[in-house]
Amino acid sequence: MIDTTKSDTPFIDIRHAAKSFGALEVLKDISLTVERGQIVAIIGPSGSGKSTLLRAINELDPLSSGEVWLEGVQINKKLPYRQYEKHVNQVRQDIGMVFQHFNLFPHLNVRDNITLAPKMLKGLSTAAANKLAEEQLAHVGLSEKIDVFPSRLSGGQKQRVAIARALAMKPKVMLFDEATSALDPELVEEVNLVMKQLAEEHMTMIIVTHEMDFAASVCDRVLFMDQGVVVEEGPPEVIFQNPKEERTKNFLRKHLSR
Amino acid sequence: MGLDFTVVPEYFGILFLGMGWTIAITIGAGLLSFFGGIVFAVIALYGHWVIRLPFRLLAWLFMGTPLLLQLFLIYFGLIEVGIDLPAFIAGVIGLGLHFAVYNSELIQASILAVDKGQYEGARTLGLSRGQTLRRIVIPQAVRAVIPPMGNNMIALLKDSALVSVIGVAELTLAAQQAISRTYRPFEFYIAAAACYYVINLCLEAGLRRLERRIAASR
Repeated sequence: MIDTTKSDTPFIDIRHAAKSFGALEVLKDISLTVERGQIVAIIGPSGSGKSTLLRAINELDPLSSGEVWLEGVQINKKLPYRQYEKHVNQVRQDIGMVFQHFNLFPHLNVRDNITLAPKMLKGLSTAAANKLAEEQLAHVGLSEKIDVFPSRLSGGQKQRVAIARALAMKPKVMLFDEATSALDPELVEEVNLVMKQLAEEHMTMIIVTHEMDFAASVCDRVLFMDQGVVVEEGPPEVIFQNPKEERTKNFLRKHLSR
Repeated sequence: MGLDFTVVPEYFGILFLGMGWTIAITIGAGLLSFFGGIVFAVIALYGHWVIRLPFRLLAWLFMGTPLLLQLFLIYFGLIEVGIDLPAFIAGVIGLGLHFAVYNSELIQASILAVDKGQYEGARTLGLSRGQTLRRIVIPQAVRAVIPPMGNNMIALLKDSALVSVIGVAELTLAAQQAISRTYRPFEFYIAAAACYYVINLCLEAGLRRLERRIAASR
């Protein structure tokens, strides 16, 4: 067995990740580690593979080759179908994900959106799950919306509920896939605030984003991806103010000169 | 000879009994077509081909041939292989499976119409494929499918008249029995039509209520 308490085991370890759709190589041999509590932003032009890399971490888009490890457990283990499904369903409980389009369940009210998975997968009683939903909603500042259906919420509120839903599973890491890209500009801030709060609580986060200001102010590390490779990475002040690579400079010129 | 509706009240008993059977068949076949439709749709979309193929053939049989023939086959034909069903049961099975196939087509379309993000949202929380289907995809598909499926139920009610030919004493057969005693076809067929209309009104009112309740929860 692998000793998960060993400190030299990286929290998240991506080894030689590669993925292609037919002839198109979306990810080309990416290796990357993330420490517990670290907040990593992935930036880059569309089609650079940043979302694919994020979605490989929880097996939504399985890699063609390479390995993904979380706390000494290989997520993309090669297993017979049934065992693989069981394994993946188990590890996904530890990996929260927030999507661009929220993906709240429209036929369930906010409470049921949050309590569904803890009740089904962790065997929480209705009372315990409801209490959990109240806590998580208070956390994102939406306590009064507990009985409301998603269709009655604004985009920013929907995304905050989606974050609360993911947090209710007590994940070890949170993945954000362009969480604010579908929002009206005036609603972006409320979601950013919730994410900042999570950062202060030392949640490990990997954030695919187009918002350079947010990446600069919240993240410990920034990865710039282009054409399936990590072109450059470093602390935000280095990447944003002093990038070495020409491609990074070009990209940032377009995105910072607004 | 003029029309004389005064003979009708004397046969209310027979007609009401017939109405009762019509309602019973419609409910029985309706439930079978609803749950059968869900099962067929899930098999068609997610089943292994070994199971999917025979169901595909069954679906083709039920969609491609007349309902009347299917009823004959189930009631008279199955006796030859040792399955002797009571007429009522044969009628419920025949009508129910026939409409289950149509409902299955509607359900398949509405399941495929559920946004892929719903599936991903559920799976990333750790729900299995089956759990995602049961708790997330199917409930949404069912909501979308209720209005068109309601139309199928109304068609089912009207087609239930066909089971009169295998001897179920439902409304149409009850009217015929009254006619054979009174020689008053026009009056009794009109009376039966009125009865169908009343059941239909109730069914439609029920469906509208259901649709409103679903609309409220979205």
